[in-house]
Amino acid sequence: MATVSFTSALQRFLPAPPAEAEGGTVGAALAAVFASRPALRGYVLDDQGALRRHVAVYVNGQPVHDRIRLTDPVGTHDEIYVFQALSGG
Amino acid sequence: MANRLHVGTRKGLFELARDNGVWEIVDTQFLGDPVSAVLADADGSIWAALDLGHFGAKLWRRDCDGAWRELAVPVFPPKPDDAEEDPHPWSLGKIWVLEPGGAAGRLWAGTMPGGLFRSDDGGASWSLNETLWHMPERRQWAGVAGGEQPGINSVLIDPRNPSDIRIGVSTAGVWASTDAGGSWRLINRGMHAEYMPPEQRDNPIVQDVHRLARCAAHPEIVWCQHHNGVFRSEDAGATWREVTAIRPSKFGFAVAAHPTDSDIAWFIPAIKDERRVPVDGKVVVARTRDGGRSFEVLQQGLPQHHAYDLVWRHGLAVDESGERLAFGSTSGGLWISEDGGDSWTMPQVRLPPVAVVRFA
Repeated sequence: MATVSFTSALQRFLPAPPAEAEGGTVGAALAAVFASRPALRGYVLDDQGALRRHVAVYVNGQPVHDRIRLTDPVGTHDEIYVFQALSGG
Repeated sequence: MANRLHVGTRKGLFELARDNGVWEIVDTQFLGDPVSAVLADADGSIWAALDLGHFGAKLWRRDCDGAWRELAVPVFPPKPDDAEEDPHPWSLGKIWVLEPGGAAGRLWAGTMPGGLFRSDDGGASWSLNETLWHMPERRQWAGVAGGEQPGINSVLIDPRNPSDIRIGVSTAGVWASTDAGGSWRLINRGMHAEYMPPEQRDNPIVQDVHRLARCAAHPEIVWCQHHNGVFRSEDAGATWREVTAIRPSKFGFAVAAHPTDSDIAWFIPAIKDERRVPVDGKVVVARTRDGGRSFEVLQQGLPQHHAYDLVWRHGLAVDESGERLAFGSTSGGLWISEDGGDSWTMPQVRLPPVAVVRFA
């Protein structure tokens, strides 16, 4: 099982505890998490299922390449981290 | 008269209440989060749309029990492969305006990138108005603010007939439906966009409608603050004539229409778009009481010395009496009038930039 962790910035809006997920790709792993936490999906993905412009996803400390279809591979012991790209003011 | 005012800002939603003639903040929600639209219902319900920089558009409702709950947001359908030509995203940018639909539970949401959504369950679920979205002409809708997405900033429902709808679009003119959104047509004749090439100047679809406001008691009377002037329609938006008497300038974003007197409307003029600050550093409200033939420039209680407050499209509101008005600025100024605009007071607050004010 891969581990999916979410930035604490999300906790202001809704619960987003770490989760375990099967899935050969980033998209499949996230979908598995969203299946049990549907409200979380719209915070991470846009209407077309792509990563939101100011959301970043890293696998084992490296940014994913495919932000549109989320096809980056995810292994059994990988760690996925979802956080906000820095911006503000 | 309304004794509550909801102010949506760049960093939160503030509720003011009038107590012994003094307006004070009585509640703060979503502190730190941008609020893009607010709707308050007579039963005490409030809807607040958030425009979170990282996590997208969100919608919350405060119910009669006082608890805030997150609702579903409008969602665009999957973008088909043959829509590659569509220059606009099929993804909710932000909810720009929320309006009651004139029927139980019905709400309308105008959004960027230009989708109109309807809810029949108080905002719990939303459906895209597919007819409008799939019109080939929508691909001609232009973005606002320097090439961003188009946006529906005004939704007018005829109080006598909830199926009769007008929407104002930046930048695509005024559109009408008389069958509750089943069909749409571009209706605005008589507006002109002086900044466009000559052959496009009078084209209805290029008109940058900043904001529409209609007289509730006489819904055929509609006012428009347009990118390069003020216009008035006496046939529910079909034809327009320019209101050239507006002072001190014709540029601005906001307009409010008197609820019962169709001759009265308020505007907050500014230097046109190269600068977008008040004329001569004086914050004023322009009011007509004769259908636009003449204007009074109201300034009592407003800052008249090095004041650079700009008021956005939804930053001006009038209550159902026509006597109480409020407006908020991008500098965080907030002013309230209880005499139709003759005089103004500023509550003892220093707010974040104001996007929207609404009485309840």
